[in-house]
Amino acid sequence: MSDLAVPVSLRKTPLNLTHRSHKAKMVDFGGWDMPVQYAGLIEEHMAVRERVGLFDVSHMGDIQLRGPNSLAAVQKLLMNDASKLEIGQAHYSAMLYEDGTFVDDVVLHKLGENDYLIVINAGTREKDVQWVRKALGGMSGVHVTDVSDYYTQLAIQGPRAKETLQKLTGVDLSAIKNYWFTWGQVSGCHNVLIARTGYTGEDGFEIYIPADEPTSARVWGEVLTAGAEFGIVPCGLGARNTLRLESAMALYGHEISDKLNVFEANLGRYCKLDKGTDFVGREALQRIQDAGGPARRLVGLEMVERGIGRDGYSVLSLEGQRIGEVTSGSPGPFIKKNIALAYVPVAYSSVDTEVAVEVRGLPVKARVVATPFYRRPKLAVPPITAPLS
Amino acid sequence: MAYPEKYRYTKEHEWLQVDGENGVVGITDYAQHSLGDIVFVELPKVGQQIEAGSTFGSVESVKAVSDLYAPVTGTITEVNEALNGTPEIINTDANETWLIKLTLTNTDEVNGLLSAADYDAFVSEETGH
Repeated sequence: MSDLAVPVSLRKTPLNLTHRSHKAKMVDFGGWDMPVQYAGLIEEHMAVRERVGLFDVSHMGDIQLRGPNSLAAVQKLLMNDASKLEIGQAHYSAMLYEDGTFVDDVVLHKLGENDYLIVINAGTREKDVQWVRKALGGMSGVHVTDVSDYYTQLAIQGPRAKETLQKLTGVDLSAIKNYWFTWGQVSGCHNVLIARTGYTGEDGFEIYIPADEPTSARVWGEVLTAGAEFGIVPCGLGARNTLRLESAMALYGHEISDKLNVFEANLGRYCKLDKGTDFVGREALQRIQDAGGPARRLVGLEMVERGIGRDGYSVLSLEGQRIGEVTSGSPGPFIKKNIALAYVPVAYSSVDTEVAVEVRGLPVKARVVATPFYRRPKLAVPPITAPLS
Repeated sequence: MAYPEKYRYTKEHEWLQVDGENGVVGITDYAQHSLGDIVFVELPKVGQQIEAGSTFGSVESVKAVSDLYAPVTGTITEVNEALNGTPEIINTDANETWLIKLTLTNTDEVNGLLSAADYDAFVSEETGH
């Protein structure tokens, strides 16, 4: 088998050969043959925090809902209040089971009146599409289409992302606010969805270009060329994971799953129980809220003693009793601390509570800290100066 | 990737340099490359006995944890304390960055380890290229 051979059982994005020809280290990510890193995870992570990085996120799925009842459909399917969205606006939301646990977390885009795009996770694509069809049942006036394979999705992320992408489009990117989007020409491709969204905790954009291989490879190359003067690097899923962890963003299968509910995951601020329409999971969540909230919560941990808490490691009380589990844990390359997200009983969830993480049989001290672990610096605004009087 | 002739190798990707009954252990270039950016090394204490094939510590990259396996049985005489502060030097030069030094209990055990050529062939087979 040569370096360019692809195991037949894995799915690949239109940029697969591009990744392989650039000597990316490839891994099986939820059934997808994806780059985990190019030059090195830490270098890629730092590039996104300090300059700009480019990610292939074409494995993400996309479901489009169109028709006169499309708003009613997304309101029934998703926990956030889609009636608040304007055309060109997006928000974080989630698709829930009846018991208030997660089918998936999503970003909902309002493309137009009666036209919505739900961006879903790669590993849950088929499950999500089936769930949407099942949950909507015989609802008329809405047309559900899985458009996942229509787009190559690129994420350009970091403080220099705007300058990089601006070189490839006539659209004024400064006019796109965070979690808003527009359409325009990018690298000669017409009608490209350009969204100011991402999964890194930095400023950045996600663009949806045609999924054919030549176009995908050409635009990928043009973004790298445009960003060269800013120090752009191609980034793999390894850096994407550590970037989202420093920013304390949930990852399906880790912080959220069909075993964990919205309040446990601390995502209640995106859940609008009183939005005026029923949605799948609402009743169960209302009951949990009325009963005083969940018994366990997701918290941020910072390792105090030497050691790294990893996914699946046990969280212990200082007395040595098992009280919870790490869902994601790793060194934070930018903040230079060993951090983790973990579920613990509410009694252990306040900031500065001391706990331990069991690292290969031994308790290693950690403490609960506020999340996110990293917050990007606010854009420098010139101070308002007034003459002294 | 380079595997010096002067070392013997394990299938768990450690190298061993032997001089009489004194041994020096590190991880291979392949191992450091597979792990990626190394951020943490856990090593045993001087005087500790380790047994061929058993774990004696671990190496962690940002993404993964990898156990270290003793190539031979012996007693630890020295550990590389510099790795506590600068574990990334393993990525820079795995072949010249030692983890532990030990006194071998039975030098015959060395004969069971792989030569550089055998190890190279083993890695090629394992990775499929």
